[in-house]
Amino acid sequence: MTAVFEPWNETRGAEIIAEHANQEGATLVILHALQEAFGYVPEAAIPMVAKALNLSRAEVHGVFTFYHDFRHKPAGRHVLKLCRAEACQAAGGDALAARAEAKLGVSLGNTTADDRVTLEPIYCLGLCATAPSAMLDGRLIGRLDQKRLDALVAEAQR
Amino acid sequence: MSMRFYVSRDAGAIAVGADEVALALEQAAARRGVAIEIVRTGSRGMYWLEPLVEVATPQGRIAFGPVTAADVPSLLDALASNTPHLLRLGVTDEIPWLKRQTRLTFARCGVIDPRSLDDYCAHGGYKGLAQALSLGPDAVLTEVTASGLRGRGGAGFPTGIKWKTVAQAKADRKFIVCNADEGDSGTFADRMIMEGDPFLVIEGMTIAGLTVGASKGYVYIRSEYPHAVEAMNAAIAAARRGGYLGDKIGGSTTSFDVEVRVGAGAYVCGEETSLLESLEGRRGIVRAKPPLPAHHGLFGKPTVINNVLSFAAIPFILSKGAKAYADFGMGRSRGTMPIQLSGNIRHGGLFETAFGVTLGELVDDIGGGTFTGRPVRAVQVGGPLGAYFPRALFDTPFDYEAFAARDGLIGHGGIVVFDDSVDMRRQARFAMEFCAVESCGKCTPCRIGSTRGVETIEKVMRGEHVHENIALVEDLCNTMKFGSLCALGGFTPYPVLSALKHFREDFVPAPTTLQAAE
Repeated sequence: MTAVFEPWNETRGAEIIAEHANQEGATLVILHALQEAFGYVPEAAIPMVAKALNLSRAEVHGVFTFYHDFRHKPAGRHVLKLCRAEACQAAGGDALAARAEAKLGVSLGNTTADDRVTLEPIYCLGLCATAPSAMLDGRLIGRLDQKRLDALVAEAQR
Repeated sequence: MSMRFYVSRDAGAIAVGADEVALALEQAAARRGVAIEIVRTGSRGMYWLEPLVEVATPQGRIAFGPVTAADVPSLLDALASNTPHLLRLGVTDEIPWLKRQTRLTFARCGVIDPRSLDDYCAHGGYKGLAQALSLGPDAVLTEVTASGLRGRGGAGFPTGIKWKTVAQAKADRKFIVCNADEGDSGTFADRMIMEGDPFLVIEGMTIAGLTVGASKGYVYIRSEYPHAVEAMNAAIAAARRGGYLGDKIGGSTTSFDVEVRVGAGAYVCGEETSLLESLEGRRGIVRAKPPLPAHHGLFGKPTVINNVLSFAAIPFILSKGAKAYADFGMGRSRGTMPIQLSGNIRHGGLFETAFGVTLGELVDDIGGGTFTGRPVRAVQVGGPLGAYFPRALFDTPFDYEAFAARDGLIGHGGIVVFDDSVDMRRQARFAMEFCAVESCGKCTPCRIGSTRGVETIEKVMRGEHVHENIALVEDLCNTMKFGSLCALGGFTPYPVLSALKHFREDFVPAPTTLQAAE
């Protein structure tokens, strides 16, 4: 299941910002909402957020860049996240990550040239007792092995 | 009469196919014309048996696991004809792994429907709040202090003292913040309880609110936990409808409400002051202490910030009394700890037990050794900032002070098991690398030290001036330990130094006579 995002639209962006701007400490809430709508946080939205919250553009940019979750451009059509933290390392995650990189031809943190798959590391999904684990477009997968990984990669490439 | 089934909706169960099993049950029953009801519970914590399917019988719930969708028809056959089944585990509560536990905090997890306020109340929920309302704030503080409860996030600070400080602070507004930024690898207790018994967390926060005089609470949940976010939001809405959140909670004159805020993938936000910055909408930069959050916390106001498990322990303490809680445990570690067993382990999951159980019992006996069947070589206790323990230290009892005495920490109660294929140089390097990536950048030892740490360990790995560079890493760790502002830079030395101390052979190659051999 691919997430469907709206194309960036200033009016729509302003609506989203206005919807959350009255909450206390709203910056992260708004950035999340923008990314949920558009799939990333467009550069053009940063000064709009700043204006709505009476912050400087630099402050909002600083928040945006601090957190790993926020994207400055759209991800590939599918996002495959592999847990790279200790519990998954102990359960054979290193070899699986290398296998995924080889199969997709990209290193962790990058998107395939055809924009189909973004392969990302994630540091703990909290599925440590069913390690190694992964997430494909929001769907959780535990007890990952070569076979399951290959199926996931194939599904992501479709 | 319809048959009642229980299938977990815990993220860990879903990740191994619980949704598919529930769907297969529904479809197979419909095909057979059998009336069934499926209750989606939290997880019992026996993850090697997930997806676990339970059936209500006059003898109690009978468990089957691990069940796949393909097993469902044979499972229904066995139930219909009352014949044995390969996956049948017997009465759930009698499974030794569960029976050996002391479940005070996780008593309801895996048992009740986490979306149902009625189910929560039917299983003793909100009795703690009722007791707190009748006792009044001062007596609640006395109870919480007497229970000996210490912060379950890892720091182990006495909860009663923290609450008292906030209760005594004068301010127009105060806040309750629940730290659900459970970023440590190998820990999942917060996730489990939020998904499996979310009202418990809300009840604990509510008791904290009325005790210290706060009317607003925030739960800061990491974005990697979408199922927990959903479960908490659903429970908050149900608690509001039921009169347990909002104005005049539980028929009292007190108001309290809770809001969920979602993190954005920064590990350091699990540190309390960084979390507060993040809640305020800023970069998660650590604040210098003092002032303590109890005096100047969220939006500069007095704030109780506790881990999920600390709040979750409160309702039991109130409803059953401080003594009932403090009777468990050892030394200054009172009550129970939900211990999480994971990594390369046969019986991984959540094991709640009184403090005092040894590391060896947890890993070999309860955990059943490694999943791969190879010997256990190292276990990391307490997350990415916890020390690696060798088999020689398996007699260490699970207790704050006992672990500290052996240069380790229990942290949030996570234990990650590694077999003998582990390369401890890589684990030491990873600890520094993780710190480098996740450092908030405010203090130099953490920001720069972690990067220099990665480089220096890599030199050791390449065999360059091994002894000199190991000495350099140890010196660097010392600087980070004592010079960092928070636990990220301050505790990263734990995994590094413990790897160097207990697994020296991985860093220093055995002396060879290679040249002579040529």
